[in-house]
Formats: sequence, C-alpha cells, structure tokens
Amino acid sequence: MADGIRFEKVSVAYGGNTVLDSLDLTVESGEVMALLGPSGSGKTTALRAVAGFVRPASGRVLIGDRDVTDLPPHRRGIGMVVQQYALFPHLRVEDNVAFGLKAQKVAKNEIPGRVTEALEMTGMASYAKRYPRELSGGQQQRVAIARALAIRPGVLLLDEPLSALDAQLRSGMLAELARLHRELPDVSILYVTHDQVEALTLADRIAVMDKARLQDVGTPQELYRRPRTEFTASFVGNANLLPVQVGSGSVSFAGAELKVPTGDVSSGVSATLCVRPHLVGLGDGPNALTGSVAEVQWRGSTHRLYVDVDGHRLKADLRELRTPPALGDEVTVHFAPEDAVLLSAGVSADG
Amino acid sequence: MLVHSRKGKWAAWVAFLVLFLPLFALPLLVIVAASFATSWSSAFPTGFTGGHYRAATSGASLQALTTSLVTAVSASVLALLIGTWAALAAAALKKGGRRVLDALFMLPVAVPSVVVGLAVLVAFSKPPVLLNGTRWIVILAHTILVTAFAYQSVSAAIVRLDPAYEQAAASLGARPSYVLWKVKLPLLLPSLNAAAGLCFALSMGELSATMMLYPPDWLPLPVQIYSTTDRGSLFTGSAISVVLMATTLLVLLLVSRIRTKASYR
Repeated sequence: MADGIRFEKVSVAYGGNTVLDSLDLTVESGEVMALLGPSGSGKTTALRAVAGFVRPASGRVLIGDRDVTDLPPHRRGIGMVVQQYALFPHLRVEDNVAFGLKAQKVAKNEIPGRVTEALEMTGMASYAKRYPRELSGGQQQRVAIARALAIRPGVLLLDEPLSALDAQLRSGMLAELARLHRELPDVSILYVTHDQVEALTLADRIAVMDKARLQDVGTPQELYRRPRTEFTASFVGNANLLPVQVGSGSVSFAGAELKVPTGDVSSGVSATLCVRPHLVGLGDGPNALTGSVAEVQWRGSTHRLYVDVDGHRLKADLRELRTPPALGDEVTVHFAPEDAVLLSAGVSADG
Repeated sequence: MLVHSRKGKWAAWVAFLVLFLPLFALPLLVIVAASFATSWSSAFPTGFTGGHYRAATSGASLQALTTSLVTAVSASVLALLIGTWAALAAAALKKGGRRVLDALFMLPVAVPSVVVGLAVLVAFSKPPVLLNGTRWIVILAHTILVTAFAYQSVSAAIVRLDPAYEQAAASLGARPSYVLWKVKLPLLLPSLNAAAGLCFALSMGELSATMMLYPPDWLPLPVQIYSTTDRGSLFTGSAISVVLMATTLLVLLLVSRIRTKASYR
C-alpha cells in the first residue's frame, strides 16, 4: 500500500475555540512528516483528525485518494502509536499484536506468522508470552509499534511516541524508528512531536505549527538553515534573533554595520537577523560585535557564552574553551556573512 | 496513618474499639450467641444447643434459603445486564441525556423500598402484565432495587476507563461491537464483579419491598426470619439469621476471589 495523507483546509473547533485553523498539508506516500510545535499548537488535533477521533468543523482529510472525513476510525486503515502505549493490559504481547488482525478477520492460519514478523521487526519476539505490565516502558513502546505495524497500514500515526521514555532510550528508539522506516519505505508516517531533535533526525519534511496554524513547511535543512519566520528559527534549533535596520547589502545593529545578504528585503525597513549560536565565533573577524560576558555555561564539550551587546543578549556556543572568559569581561564575537539569515519584519510581526 | 505518636495511635485504637465494637460487632455476636442458646433471661443468652440450626437448615427454612439464593442470583444477573447496558449507553450520551439517565436510575435508591414494593404490586396486579402472586414479582422488585447500584458502580468504572484503549482498538480496525467485547468489557470485569457482589448482598437482605409482594410459595429468608421471630421463636430466628449471614459472606468471598484473578494492575 502506498498512501499519502492530505489535509484540505481542515479546521477543528471545540465549543467555539478553534484548535486547528484551516490546515493545508500534504504528506507524500512513503514520506515521514513531523508535526512540530509547542503544546496547544494543534499538532495532536491534526493527527487525531486523520485517525478519526475528532471531527473537522470544515475541510476534508484524504488518505491516498479516499476522502475519510466521514469514515469512523476503524474503517480508515491506519496504524497509530500513542505516548502512553495503550497496550491492552488483559492480553499477552502476542495477542495485543494479533488484535488488529483478528478484528479485521485476517485468515486464522496467517495470523501467527504476521504476529511473529511484526514482533521480530521491533525486536520483541522473545517477549510474546508476557503481559504488558511485565515489560519496561521502552519494551511496551516497541510492542505498541509492532501492534500498529502488524495490520500493514499504509499510514502510520505516531503521537509523541518517545516522550514517556528517558533520554537514553529515546535516542535508541529514534534509531530504531529510522531503521523501521527504511525497511518499510512505502508507509507514510505522520509524527507528532514537540522535540526538535526527534523532528530533525527522523523527518523528511517538518511542518511547524503554532497557535492552531501551520507556520512553515520544509525539509529539516531548509527550516534550520533558511528559516522564514522568527518562530521557526527559534523552535527548530536555537537562534539569536537580532532586531536590525536594513541598508543596502548590509544591516545596522546596535550602531554596528553588519555585512549580510539582504536578498530582496528593501532597504530602510526594520527586520530580524537570525544567527545560530554555534556559528558565532570568539575573537575578531567579519561582522565583529563587542560586549560584556553576562553568563558562562560549561556543557562539557561546549561553552555557552551569553554576551550583552548594547542591551541585546547574544548566545554563542563555542568548542570547549581552555580559559573561558570571566563574567563582565569585554569580548568580541563574530559570524560569517553567509551564516546569517535576514527575516523580514512583515512575516515576523506576530511571532 | 495520620496519627504518628505511639500514644496517639493507642488512643485512636481504643476510641475505635469503644465506639465501633458495641455498634457493629456486638449485636451480631449476640445473634450468634442467641442462635445456640436455650434461654435468655439476664443480659446474655445462656445454655447451649445446636437444635436451632437443625430447624434453620431444614424444612421451610431450607426452602426459604434456596428461594433467597435463586432470587438474589437472578436479580443480580438481570441488574448487571441492565445496569451495564444502561451505563454504556449513558457514557455515549451527551451531558443532558446522561443526567436524565443518572437521575432515573437513582430513583429506586431515593424512594423508600416499601414504596417501590407497593408500586410494583399496584403496577403488575392487573392485566396485561399480571405478575402478582408469582415469584416473578419478587425477582422483578429486587432487580429494580439493585439495578441502581449496578448502574452506578459500572458507570463510575466506565468514567475511569482510559479512552486510549478504545481508540487504539478502533485504529487497529476493530468495529465498536468488537471493541466492546474484546476490550471494554474485559477491562470493566473487576468492576462488574464488584457490582455483582454488591447486588447479591443487597438482594439477599431485602425485606421491606419483599413483604409487600411475596406469594405463599416464594418466601425468601429475611421474610422467614421476620415471621419466625414474630411467632416468638427468637432463637430459631437467630439461627436462620446466622445462616443468611454466613451464606451471603461465603458468596461474597467467592466473588472477591474471582475478582483478584480478574484484575490486571
């Protein structure tokens, strides 16, 4: 099966409160699309609209070329994994995985093979006879994924699947999910998360959501290197956002002239300059700015410096310094012109 | 415990025993003592005989025990079916409808059971549905009285049930009826079991509505106790009471054994 997902102007409201506002988004078949946003941004609502647990007030949801807007959840042919696993506590692991197959009346002699296949895919084959309560969180999540995959869905919906796991397990499961997707290249995945690392690692494209609206869509590289809005810049990775006045071929910030590509932003307007902290260097160089050190954080492999430049706080992530500057020291930081992105103010007015 | 000091704990225990023993345990102990006694002229019954139990477990009393068991089991099963069905239906309703249903099933609890008995008697004494004089009118009244409790405990359990299970099942392609049988009911089983025990115990002890309704050939144990003591056979009445108590406790014990096996968490 090769099904994509298409949202056509999907709006969802609870009692007059719009939680998803006219979402237009297409997930190509076989694509991993991450819905990234803070809580309350509408990302989970969008996923639930695909699953059929919320009914759009307007708009259509399509899976493949089927309009599923009015179909009940059990006729949509989706696989779903949620944050709290929701394994059936009264069934053994193998019966949990077989549940969907039995519910869909798959031929009886076919079921054991497909259960084993799904459990092997997630590395849980040796736990088939256990009850969910006898498994750890990570194991339960693997079983939940196996259960969703056993019915061979064209579309897999993952709702914050890793947020109940600890950091180490999470990175292991991330690699596991990436491998699963390589093994099942035809399955489209809609992956809801508030964690930018998960989104950057797994997704082919990321849809950034905020305040019930889609803010930005693009590949992880596009969104990270060329964000279009302040929200995207600060939510996908870390960012220094500096208020600047645009000149011709340069911008002025805190009395200093900075050489950055201005693109088609007309001169004379106010705009925001986005510079990633890890692209800021210490010492003199192009686009040098001088300020006093307000805070030094040692993070093992890096030092983060907070530098106050004319009242604006600049973050710089530097490779571990042998002798970090003391608080209050005057330091100079710089960044290369091509590492800065100019966000025109019109876009960021509400950000 | 909220009380931490050793002295405080002792004081709490003493207060508990002084207040609760005379109120709850002592009357029951006196019944047990009376069931073995031959005379009762001072503060406590005296003498010893097992003879009252012979009377309490034979003839009319034995008949009454089976009557009570059959009535209680039938009423509990019916109440569980109706109560669960109604609770599931109520959970699917909007707030207004659910409130109406809640109130409707509260009625038999709020109304005195004598009144429920009388209402059933009046309602089913004339055709087309003539139940007066049959055992069915007793079972019906008991069912009406205990369904309220079944409904309440099952709806409380449904509210606690995580909707994620139902949604996970639906996303796997299970029709609502399949979800009900394979997921919801198994997860509700511990509560259904508890509700069954409650219904059974209530029905076993029901007297006031039964008094209004029972036909001569369907005489439950509480009525037997009442008429026996009313005739002056206090000791035999006590013995029958102990039989009623023991039977009810035994069944509740069995039911709770099944419950521990059925709970998953």
